[in-house]
Amino acid sequence: MSDNTNILVVGIGGQGVMTATEILAEAAIALGHDAKKTEVAGMAQRGGVVSSHLRFGKKVLSPQITPGTADVLLGFESAEAMRWQHMLKQGGITLMNTARLVPPVVELGLFDYPEDPLAEIRKCGNKVVAFDATSIAQALGDIRLGNTVMLGAIADHLPFGAEVLLDCVLKRFQRKGEQMVELNRRAFEAGRAAVGEAEAALA
Amino acid sequence: MAAVMPATAASRLLLSGNEAVARAVWEAGVKVAAAYPGTPSTEMMEVISTYPDLYAEWSVNEKVSLEVAIGAAYAGSRAFCCMKHVGMNVASDALMTLTLTGVIGGLVIAIADDVGLSSSQNEQDSRYWGRFAHVPVFEPADSQEAYEMTLVAYELSEKFKVPVILRMTTRINHVKSLVTVGERAQHIGAGFKKEPGRFVMVPGNAGKRIPLMFQRDIELRAYAETSPLNFIEAGSDRRVGFIASGPAYMHVKESFPNAPVLKLGFSCPVPFEKCRELAAMVDQVVVVEEVEPLVENELKAQGVKVLGKDILPLQGELSPNVLRPAIARLLGEPVPETQALPAMQLFPRPPTMCVACPHLGVYYTLSQVRNLNISGDIGCYTLGAGHPWNALDTCVSMGASMGVALGMDKGRGEADKDKRIVAVIGDSTFLHMGMQGLLDMVYNKGNVTVLLLDNRAVGMTGGQDNPGNGRDIHGEEAPRIDFAKLVSALGVKEERIHTVNPYELPVLFKTIRDEVKVPDVSVIITDQPCVLIKDYHKLKPFEVIDDKCTGCGNCIDVGCPAIHVTRRGKEVKPSGKEVDLAFVRIESSVCTGCGLCVQPCAPKAIVHYAPVSPIKLVNMGCGV
Repeated sequence: MSDNTNILVVGIGGQGVMTATEILAEAAIALGHDAKKTEVAGMAQRGGVVSSHLRFGKKVLSPQITPGTADVLLGFESAEAMRWQHMLKQGGITLMNTARLVPPVVELGLFDYPEDPLAEIRKCGNKVVAFDATSIAQALGDIRLGNTVMLGAIADHLPFGAEVLLDCVLKRFQRKGEQMVELNRRAFEAGRAAVGEAEAALA
Repeated sequence: MAAVMPATAASRLLLSGNEAVARAVWEAGVKVAAAYPGTPSTEMMEVISTYPDLYAEWSVNEKVSLEVAIGAAYAGSRAFCCMKHVGMNVASDALMTLTLTGVIGGLVIAIADDVGLSSSQNEQDSRYWGRFAHVPVFEPADSQEAYEMTLVAYELSEKFKVPVILRMTTRINHVKSLVTVGERAQHIGAGFKKEPGRFVMVPGNAGKRIPLMFQRDIELRAYAETSPLNFIEAGSDRRVGFIASGPAYMHVKESFPNAPVLKLGFSCPVPFEKCRELAAMVDQVVVVEEVEPLVENELKAQGVKVLGKDILPLQGELSPNVLRPAIARLLGEPVPETQALPAMQLFPRPPTMCVACPHLGVYYTLSQVRNLNISGDIGCYTLGAGHPWNALDTCVSMGASMGVALGMDKGRGEADKDKRIVAVIGDSTFLHMGMQGLLDMVYNKGNVTVLLLDNRAVGMTGGQDNPGNGRDIHGEEAPRIDFAKLVSALGVKEERIHTVNPYELPVLFKTIRDEVKVPDVSVIITDQPCVLIKDYHKLKPFEVIDDKCTGCGNCIDVGCPAIHVTRRGKEVKPSGKEVDLAFVRIESSVCTGCGLCVQPCAPKAIVHYAPVSPIKLVNMGCGV
């Protein structure tokens, strides 16, 4: 069996799932890992389901994470975090944004959005930590910081130190000026703290 | 993407297969590159266009792109062209004769197969073209190989004077992995030499080229036998050996690290001796290939005992969780148990049209007009087949809406004698392959109303430029086609051509309703840009006054994703009929003020969002 770390990042088209996974890949590469990143993103620009796979380790062969082998699931949206639970290994963890993005098929009354995705995930026995990344970003003054909040949220659940990931995040914002760098640093730390607090509350 | 370009030689970059091929095309000294966008191939040309010192173009279709590349290769320069799998169906007319003339400068054709159909109308296997056209096929297994094989393909192309197909799949095109890049090499074009016996393919000349093609097949197969792109990894568990190509190789290595494997990178013509060598080493051979059993069947015809699609699926992607159980069953071993939970049952989340998309007005209107059969085409507007519009009845191939509509008109049965036939096609699809169909429709006196949705972009693949928006691949000014003049030139009567703003629902409705009644070819052009391109300007957003909303749900039928239901209810009409109510709100932070939902709202509950908008407001101005 391979010794790869498998990170699954899920959400919907337009949320920044693919970019977040790419930054995670950059962090793994910065530490000298081999890495592969792949998506199942059919027409994702149009609000469809996106699941982005990142595998890293000494040597990565198949780019896909097979069901039951993901170490961490980072969910940008509640129902999407629920949709991909079967990808987690036993003892894997879900870190999920509590945001609910309701698709037109639900608005039209053709399908139901689950009442409580978090409870459904708990019911299947997987460990899950939930936090409101959207509100955290809004409190910092820009909803677009949500992506960085999400990366902060996963920072302490990686086989390497949070500062490596933070460096890769901030590198992306360097040319946008010191203010943007600082805002993203705060968003990252806020995401990290939110998960830390939620875990402490669970313990 | 532009960041790829300045990377210095020996840099180790995280690149998708598409970016890796683009880098190699540049390093190979290619002078001319041409393509029509198509998922999952699009980024190759997008990235190539960011490199200096080569000519890149968006062509109007794949056939033209291949012909441009052929011309450059005849002229002695290195040339590149890429397309999605179905693109080669369009380009194949050129390919099938190109194989007879061969090339002077190297020519590589990258074909991206959408295995698993993430964004396509079928799942065809492009490796067939290698057999059909007698040209070599390379199959990379990751980005590094995609990069290296592109460079090798140019050498092979010039050595054998043959175009080379680089067969990729979504799992190569879109997977990012590490690639060590090199430097651009200078390639000096030999110049075009007049040689009619070779380049003028009339019967007398072409007939003489065919034996040369067969001779080349023999030489290519012998070359494939010794090519370093095909190699055997001995392994230690000799019970099953694998012959694998493309991404399937990675899945085999992941699943069976100790098994002997013949990796086919140069997979057509199949190196039979190499395959026999592997077969002699192991008890059983399994061919692992996506999608069709091509290598498998050719080996079986050679008398080599192999298994393949006997135990593996004929459709879709292969992966370790497909391979492991299949091989366990073959060996009579217990199927490895998965730790995975069963997948949860949840609502589907199909792709939607964007907030304020101009197509929303078109499909809302079509859904309100009765008695239509609607022949559709390929692009974002294919989503009109879905909820809430259900206003697109067919989708076959690029430009097919025209011919299919004419056929539905001419072939209508008694049951459809009062049906109106409508065709819906986008600007880029019309220029790609729809124009000829419209000409045919006019010439043969059809009775069809054509909706030509001009949103000034190839929307579905990311808003690429085309001759309809007056910008070239670099975003620089280019001649812009006038669609009204074009359809007029194709023979549509002036009085049957209308240009309509799709956000003006009453005008659009009246125009469609009037034109479908006229027994002639009509063309209604909608003229507002895709909301994802720079031509689109946001307007002041709207919100719903909750007290005024009556829950009628008319606005939901527009299908805009910014409209959300806040609560549901029921109402008994005076007639005694019970109707469902859905009260709504508008997500004003994403609303761009197109006003489509305002128009069907009877109680006038939708008004401009009151607080000062954070969105910079830009007037649409006149003449857009």
